[in-house]
Amino acid sequence: MPTTPARLLALLLAWAGAAQAAGMGARDARHLLLRTGFDAPPAEVRATARLSRAEAVERILAGARSEARTPVPPQVLAWTDPRDLRGMSPEARKAFQQDLRARSIALKGWWVDEMVSTDSPLTERMTLFWHNHFTSSLQKVRSPALMYRQNVLLRKHALGNFGELLHAVSKDPAMLLYLDTARSRSGQPNENFAREAMELFTLGEGHYSEADVKEAARAYTGWSIDPADGAFKWRPLLHDDGVKTVLGRSGEFDGDQVLGILLAQPATAEFITAKLWREFVSPRPDRDEVRRIAARFRQSGYQIRVALRELLLSDAFWASANRDALIKSPVDLVIGTVRRYGIRYSDPLPLVFVLRHFGQDLFSPPNVRGWPGGEDWITSQTLLARKQFLERLFRADEGRMTPAAMERAVERVPEDGKPYVRRMLQAAMDLRYLPRRGESVQQARARVLDPAYQLK
Amino acid sequence: MRRRDFLAASVAALVVPRPALAQARYRRLLILVELKGGNDGLNTVVPYADQDYYELRPRLALARDAVLQLDARAGLHPALEPLMPMWRAGELAVVQGVGYADPNLSHFRSIEIWDTASASDQYLSSGWLARAFVADPAPPGFAADGVAVGGNDMGPLAGAPRAIVLNDPDQFLRQARLARPEQRSGNAALNHILRVEAEIVQAARRLSADVPLRTEFPANAFGSALRTAAQLAANRGGVAAMKVSLEGFDTHQDQAARQQRLLAELAAGLAALKSALVEIGRWDATLLMTYAEFGRRPRANDSQGTDHGTANAHFVVGGRVRGGLYGAPPDFGALDGGNLPYAVDFRSLYATALERWWGIDAARALGGRFPTLELLRA
Repeated sequence: MPTTPARLLALLLAWAGAAQAAGMGARDARHLLLRTGFDAPPAEVRATARLSRAEAVERILAGARSEARTPVPPQVLAWTDPRDLRGMSPEARKAFQQDLRARSIALKGWWVDEMVSTDSPLTERMTLFWHNHFTSSLQKVRSPALMYRQNVLLRKHALGNFGELLHAVSKDPAMLLYLDTARSRSGQPNENFAREAMELFTLGEGHYSEADVKEAARAYTGWSIDPADGAFKWRPLLHDDGVKTVLGRSGEFDGDQVLGILLAQPATAEFITAKLWREFVSPRPDRDEVRRIAARFRQSGYQIRVALRELLLSDAFWASANRDALIKSPVDLVIGTVRRYGIRYSDPLPLVFVLRHFGQDLFSPPNVRGWPGGEDWITSQTLLARKQFLERLFRADEGRMTPAAMERAVERVPEDGKPYVRRMLQAAMDLRYLPRRGESVQQARARVLDPAYQLK
Repeated sequence: MRRRDFLAASVAALVVPRPALAQARYRRLLILVELKGGNDGLNTVVPYADQDYYELRPRLALARDAVLQLDARAGLHPALEPLMPMWRAGELAVVQGVGYADPNLSHFRSIEIWDTASASDQYLSSGWLARAFVADPAPPGFAADGVAVGGNDMGPLAGAPRAIVLNDPDQFLRQARLARPEQRSGNAALNHILRVEAEIVQAARRLSADVPLRTEFPANAFGSALRTAAQLAANRGGVAAMKVSLEGFDTHQDQAARQQRLLAELAAGLAALKSALVEIGRWDATLLMTYAEFGRRPRANDSQGTDHGTANAHFVVGGRVRGGLYGAPPDFGALDGGNLPYAVDFRSLYATALERWWGIDAARALGGRFPTLELLRA
């Protein structure tokens, strides 16, 4: 039979279908794993390569945890009634500050441990994504216990429902303190949360007016915390129960009703979808695609998995122009390297400090907008710090710090920081790549010091 | 091609470099100090003779006899005492009512407006200093056009052809040996990394870390950033502009104690910087200006703090500054939505730096003409 173009096409399609069924291949698998997790270990790449793209995406989404597996150090959970602080002697206050620092570091180390050891890296990536969206910071909240509770909340909803997450996090005690809702009251409402909820959490700039901010602020009054245990507390006497007008709707709204109004706006789904696009696909969202995916996201009642599935299966996600188009965040780089090269450590402290040095101090984003990310991760300072970290990790010689050199380094820091620096230097000396089968130190070193290693 | 590459390429092709002139102009240093979060100008430069001020801030207002009186109406917050020697020496200009039309009250949008010197409804991608350096490059022998000292945010230097972030010159030079200049590629993210790498190599070639200073700086992050700024100012490989930040001015609650601490850090830091610049003989060749995304609302909120506002007071100091009060004192009778009208467009301060300090055409960097202020001595 002569080969007609139609037959040829049919053959090609059949072949393509077979190839698809036979799996996406290692290159696609590596891309998917790196973009949805921290690293692409060879065994995972082989397993994923056998699946189709849709199968692999489904497996990643379906298998995501909603709870951490690393137990939190008990000291992190300690809550101090702020009223107890008022009467403290200067010595007691100083001891409290030191304890606060120790608990903050324990909290950060706990999250590092979880990210390094988790079997559900997408959960941690999304928890971090929401931490960077619904920002709160230890700097202002000053309670590791509340920041931990918020982290648990973000993880629980990380791949759940965005609307539920918005309602829950708005009443989360760390958030109530971070954006001053706990101090806001009828008569003179504090606008901080009302503004950021519209500008940064839902609508994005340009989709609301100053009057909307002022009115919404009245609705959130009454949301407070109980100083005895740091839990959410509704204080009806502080609530402004009058009529408010927000985005053209009027009523005796409370905070949840105003959040409902924000969720009903199409701008919210588009704003969140565009942000997810920048996290997972490319630095510049495609407007039409964002609209399409946002519509499905909204129709689904804000199921985060729906938005992620659409994004991860979009043509743009797989387009060759968007491969290696994102700059690794400090967490991507540090956690990814530790996981990929099986680097063992006994104490997460050096990693906590390295992340801070690279500009991503966990639980302490720079401001309510979070870490700007993208090209902003790379400045002369952070690029040099990244290279130095990788270079030290993959050094063939021993190059250990002598005890005398360590003491000199410790000398330079203020008294109350000395124990941490000593502990960190000690732990950092053991932090190194031990060559395993397949890759020598020199090979690994060449790979990680290549500028392309900064990309994902 | 990215906007910045395009600009750099087109300027390189069109502008005939005049290195000697550039050398002379950029020996005059510009230091910008960002008061991050939006400093409360009304409790910084206090309108202590205005009854409205006390009515708007019953518990937050500073008493007449607590302020450091500058004239019959304006007084500085007492924590700014270390600035008074500069005031008395006629080296401190206080500009009141700095802002812009149709103000935006978002931290991020408003600082973007300040950093890019845009109008309120205009979106620009590069910083105003970056555009100035594209049009009038610093001499090739300079280590960098600009340095963001401490922090990681380039601000008005974002997109500058040769700008770096640096905390500690010594550490920078030790680490810089890991940087290698490499060929550009077609990948935008990779290009960004390679460009930063090239900027490091260039700066490291021309900076020396060994700059002893006798002046002691305050033992805090702002103090050490200013020490680094002074070390860079003393370096033979020049730097034309620097940006330093002091963070924490977003005082929605319990403002009094926090602002007191921050203003004390600001004043002690600037006094130390002056002493160091005098020590190295560059005080007369330095112009320093403060800036922030906005001032704060005249009426205090119920958390003993202040919410986002508009017009603000700023400081300009330096050996050639003509001290005094500029702009207009706050007019509480003209509040718009509870916020102050502005009297001086912030781009007038930038135009003053570009035209009067460096002698370059400000219109190209600022996208228009803005009147300059007479706050420099010949």
